[in-house]
Amino acid sequence: MTARDRADSRLGLLERMIRIREFEEGVRFLFLEGSMPGTIHQCQGQEATAVGVCAALRPDDFITSTFRGHGHALAKGLTEQELLDELFGAATGCCKGKGGSMHVGDMSKGMVPGIAIVGGGIPLATGMALAFKLQKSDQVVACFFGDGAVAEGAFHEAVNMAAIWGLPVIFVCENNLYGASTRVDLVMKNPRIADRASSYGFAGETVDGNDVEAVCAAAKTAAARCREGGGPVLLELLTYRQTGHSRRDARAYQPEAERKAWAARDPIEIFAARLEREGVIDEAGVERMRAQAAKRFTEAVERARSAPQPSPDDLESEVFAPESQP
Amino acid sequence: MKRQGIAESLRDAIAEEMERDPRVFCIGEDIGVPGGWGGAFTVTLNLEKRFPGRILNTPIAELGFFGVATGAAIMGMRPIVDVQYGDFLFLASDQIVNNAAKLHYMSGGQIRVPMVMRAPVGATGRSAQHAQSMERYFIGVPGLKVVAPSNAYDAKGLLKAAVRDDNPVMMFEHKLLYGSKGARAEPGAVDATSDIPDEDYTVPLYAASVMRPGSDMTIFAWLLMAHFALHAAEQLAAEGIDAEVIDVRALAPLDWPTLERSARKTGRALIVEEGAKTGGLGAEIAAGLCERVRRLQFERLASPNTPVPFSPTLENAYRPDVARIVAAARRLAGSGE
Repeated sequence: MTARDRADSRLGLLERMIRIREFEEGVRFLFLEGSMPGTIHQCQGQEATAVGVCAALRPDDFITSTFRGHGHALAKGLTEQELLDELFGAATGCCKGKGGSMHVGDMSKGMVPGIAIVGGGIPLATGMALAFKLQKSDQVVACFFGDGAVAEGAFHEAVNMAAIWGLPVIFVCENNLYGASTRVDLVMKNPRIADRASSYGFAGETVDGNDVEAVCAAAKTAAARCREGGGPVLLELLTYRQTGHSRRDARAYQPEAERKAWAARDPIEIFAARLEREGVIDEAGVERMRAQAAKRFTEAVERARSAPQPSPDDLESEVFAPESQP
Repeated sequence: MKRQGIAESLRDAIAEEMERDPRVFCIGEDIGVPGGWGGAFTVTLNLEKRFPGRILNTPIAELGFFGVATGAAIMGMRPIVDVQYGDFLFLASDQIVNNAAKLHYMSGGQIRVPMVMRAPVGATGRSAQHAQSMERYFIGVPGLKVVAPSNAYDAKGLLKAAVRDDNPVMMFEHKLLYGSKGARAEPGAVDATSDIPDEDYTVPLYAASVMRPGSDMTIFAWLLMAHFALHAAEQLAAEGIDAEVIDVRALAPLDWPTLERSARKTGRALIVEEGAKTGGLGAEIAAGLCERVRRLQFERLASPNTPVPFSPTLENAYRPDVARIVAAARRLAGSGE
């Protein structure tokens, strides 16, 4: 990779994170002003996990996500438009308005619509990896879930099967310290989640989840291991949710000092500062990126507001797939 | 043409589909272990020798492996999932109900889940946790098809149709119908053998079957109760009551045209169900028929609202039998006059 390529790739990581932040802040505003239906679960502060992991994957690799999936979607290549259309319940949304915020996804871009039952995507991702193995494909699956999910039986049952069958799946735990309002130390005797991997006989690693380059490097190593038949990897990415769990959650359960400490380690700020320090971009360049992301968002919102809603006739379509294959 | 029981015809169906389509594989507990059992009821016996690497033996982790099968299905495989006892489906139900059944709809049609789930049901001397009739818990799940074969011909044809369908299909199999001979035969087993054609065939997933035509009333039943209903109809015929017997077979979606046509013709419906009366499939059939057929006379016969008991005396009292079906039919024959 030339120096120019490397710089472009790093700028790409920054740009993706900024687009996610602008998207989430804009969506928060739309939701609070009452113009967006449903509920929302946002990921401000966690942009580096989504972007770092997805940057390490190939376009034909897959991710599974959760109810907090806007960042994963934008990182995997979905557009603001298909997401916003879905959030507004439009027929032009990525799931034709049948999924909404918690189930965004686009199979053509390698993202299964979000699985909004905590832990529910972990067996699913393991099965996708089984399919790749049976098909002798070298694709991999990255399975996003939170710290709360590791208390679910689904996590333990699925990682065990991935381990015994050596399946190409990266289990990506975004440890943001809280399952909804409950802090990890209330529900785990051993809060080092990566340790779970060794009890099932596979590799686990804890990474600074607010350092997009560290995340990307760890995910690249994990993906290479998976492709070589080395079996699953558990990546525990330490990060922090700088927003409520959902809707209007004021997150009064997060201590002030903890919030401040993590705000000082904002993934976008620290990466932008690093790139500025190393002369890859200047402050004005970062501002231009923000302005472009904001403009892209605003334009997409305008189109989404007037996008066609589904017809009531669509209510009963797609309950079943057309019947059978030869 | 050969005479087979349900366990053998299912085994042949699985093997033939695996030969025909490399995407088909089996996954479950105690399947594919050399020297093992071929699942709890021998259905996959020895298939691991014919299909190395395609009969996947899992840990005891129902939630996990139903989810794994769902994930494989959405990536283009066609898994056949085997659970040892239907009762264990409660462990797996998040993956079945929230993922397998809903992904097609909530993805706006992007995802297909071609997956077959096979689950043995029925009260058979195993008390309360290895005996439940599980149909009721899955018939109301949008996106899921549910079938229940009562004989070896239907079992093979329905399984093949299920494997070739692009939707998740749950097949309930009755433990007293797998086979009435051999080492795994159960006390009280009923002969469910059929003549199986040599050539490939399927049985549609959406069709009930008229087992015996009749004009005075219709007895609706499935699985073991379909056999009991047929015996009852023979006794009733001797008394001058001509009962039509319908094997409901396609439990979800129900074959309303066939059910309605028969109820309209006879004007009397007796619905027989193994499993507690409250909230059962019998209630759904009764309600649906009453919506469609004015002035229908109907009666429901089901198990009481208790867990399945162990003592053979209590178990026989629990499950509807031929004598009780005949008695209910007599009551129904005299009603509305």
